[in-house]
Amino acid sequence: MAQENGLEFEKAIIELEKKIEELRSFTDDQSLNLEDEIKQLEERAEKLRDEVYTNLTPWQIVQISRHPQRPHTLDYIKGCFEDFIEMHGDRAFIDDRAMIGGVAWLEKKPVMVIGTQKGSDTKENLYYNFGLPLPEGYRKARRLMKFAEKFGMPIITLVDTAGAFPGLEGEERGVAEAIARNLSEMSTLRVPIVVVIIGEGGSGGALGIGVGDRVLMLNHAAYTVITPEGCAAILWKDRAQAPRASEILKLTAPDLKKMGIIDEIVPEPRGGSHRDPGAVIQSVKKHLVKELGRLTSANIDQLLEERYNKFRRIGFFVPADG
Amino acid sequence: MDWFKKPKYTTVRVSAKKKTDIPDNLVTRCPGCSEIVFNKEIEKALRTCPKCNHHFNIPARERIQLLADNGVLLEETTGRIKAANPLEFPDYTEKIEKGSKKTGLQDAIQAGICTIGGKRTALAVTDFDFMGGSMGSVIGEEIARLIERAIKERLPVVIVSASGGGARMQEGIVSLMQMAKTSAALARLAAAKLLYISVLTNPTGGGVTASFAMLGDIIMAEPNALIMFAGPRVIEQTIRQHLPKRFQRAEFLLEHGMLDMIVKRQELKHTIARLLPISCP
Ligand SMILES: [Zn+2]
Repeated sequence: MAQENGLEFEKAIIELEKKIEELRSFTDDQSLNLEDEIKQLEERAEKLRDEVYTNLTPWQIVQISRHPQRPHTLDYIKGCFEDFIEMHGDRAFIDDRAMIGGVAWLEKKPVMVIGTQKGSDTKENLYYNFGLPLPEGYRKARRLMKFAEKFGMPIITLVDTAGAFPGLEGEERGVAEAIARNLSEMSTLRVPIVVVIIGEGGSGGALGIGVGDRVLMLNHAAYTVITPEGCAAILWKDRAQAPRASEILKLTAPDLKKMGIIDEIVPEPRGGSHRDPGAVIQSVKKHLVKELGRLTSANIDQLLEERYNKFRRIGFFVPADG
Repeated sequence: MDWFKKPKYTTVRVSAKKKTDIPDNLVTRCPGCSEIVFNKEIEKALRTCPKCNHHFNIPARERIQLLADNGVLLEETTGRIKAANPLEFPDYTEKIEKGSKKTGLQDAIQAGICTIGGKRTALAVTDFDFMGGSMGSVIGEEIARLIERAIKERLPVVIVSASGGGARMQEGIVSLMQMAKTSAALARLAAAKLLYISVLTNPTGGGVTASFAMLGDIIMAEPNALIMFAGPRVIEQTIRQHLPKRFQRAEFLLEHGMLDMIVKRQELKHTIARLLPISCP
């Protein structure tokens, strides 16, 4: 259970857990009885976990949502589906490795899985371009979605990105158009779509694969129009005020559920998915099976009407005076 | 998002003490050619520079005067709702009041039904002077309503964007969802085979570009308009990339295949009027 990469606020917990593990291995090797000491430390660790993890602040949740050891799209693909055949490319320019897609089998039925892929270390991150898709990533996603529609496959999208790649290439090749096109087309695709925000849901780059019949969100994921750092820079000219900004932005799953932005919260292991990846992957799988079971038996025209209204309804305004 | 703070032109007040005898507020130094130009001449040229064709930003009201027959909406659909503050975002309510005072609008949009070249059309214009033209719930709702109305009455739609602010940060995720909402409404308009002309003016950015602005059957832009997804500052800060001259300007987008055409303001109405009859009756 001990973690290598701890976040600042959980350092004490991780140190304690390491110590317990040490004592345990010591017990095994030397056949010493340290039961009492271990029990005491366990109790202390449990109390600490309770203190730190039960009342996570939005900023701590943002950090957890970005944790490098958090399961990423490919981990879910491996853990949720019986089989997966990856497909590549937008058929026009390149294959964007930040956007993964292909046919997978869930309970023996084919589905299209599409998701943004972050790496767990620097080498992986360079390979997947830090999970920041180029226009071609969105176009690849769209191609695969049309493929799914053609063959009547439901679509599952896994969202985990800080946003679309903010660079010259993206602007030159029309990232805005690529995202806009997806928003428009996903609203009318004649197959069910389930969206799962598994980590970071960063603005338009996340929404670009985020329109669906059901939007699920992991309990420690964060979904926001602007990063807390960016928001703090605009509000107070100081990125270090990100913790304050994340309070204001209402980016946690419970807040978004309250506002009607997401449909359901998928619980995570205490402290976040990185502390028990296997458990959260199984939990996501269970949710996917349940959602698809319901959606695939629904009438598609009715589903499309509901999908339209789901986003149509979102908005907060009041009558103007006079 | 507030990509930048101010429109890039300044009104130069020439004091009587200097050599010119021109009184205050009669002239403007054009940011395009740095020449001192009479305001009257700029007005006559539809707020463009008669010397270098620089297009000054214009408010929604003036844009409607420019495009709608007789300069008026037959029926205004906007103005009946205004923004709430769902996140209780600091200073948002004050910003809305300030924008209202500056523009006379309830939010950064004015829309309604008009005729353009005699063709009945649903027209919406966003206004940069109201919080950078950023899209929150009100813009999302007004655009969705207008498009739904256009579908019902089988009208073509023209939307003119002046939204450098993109998605409005102050409404958080709610403003992000307006991108999905407006794009879904446009998908229905497309299914009804009704024409949608998107006109991009300076500046158009972020979540507005990545939703209704880039979904036109025909996309036109005014000369030199800044059109972007991520702002140049954001790109320079995060990627530390050197950006070419004219980057994200209308001419750059045309060259890269993102626009159908660049149209001078003087020809905008005529060009739209020629295209509108294409729309299915
Ligand atoms: Zn000039």
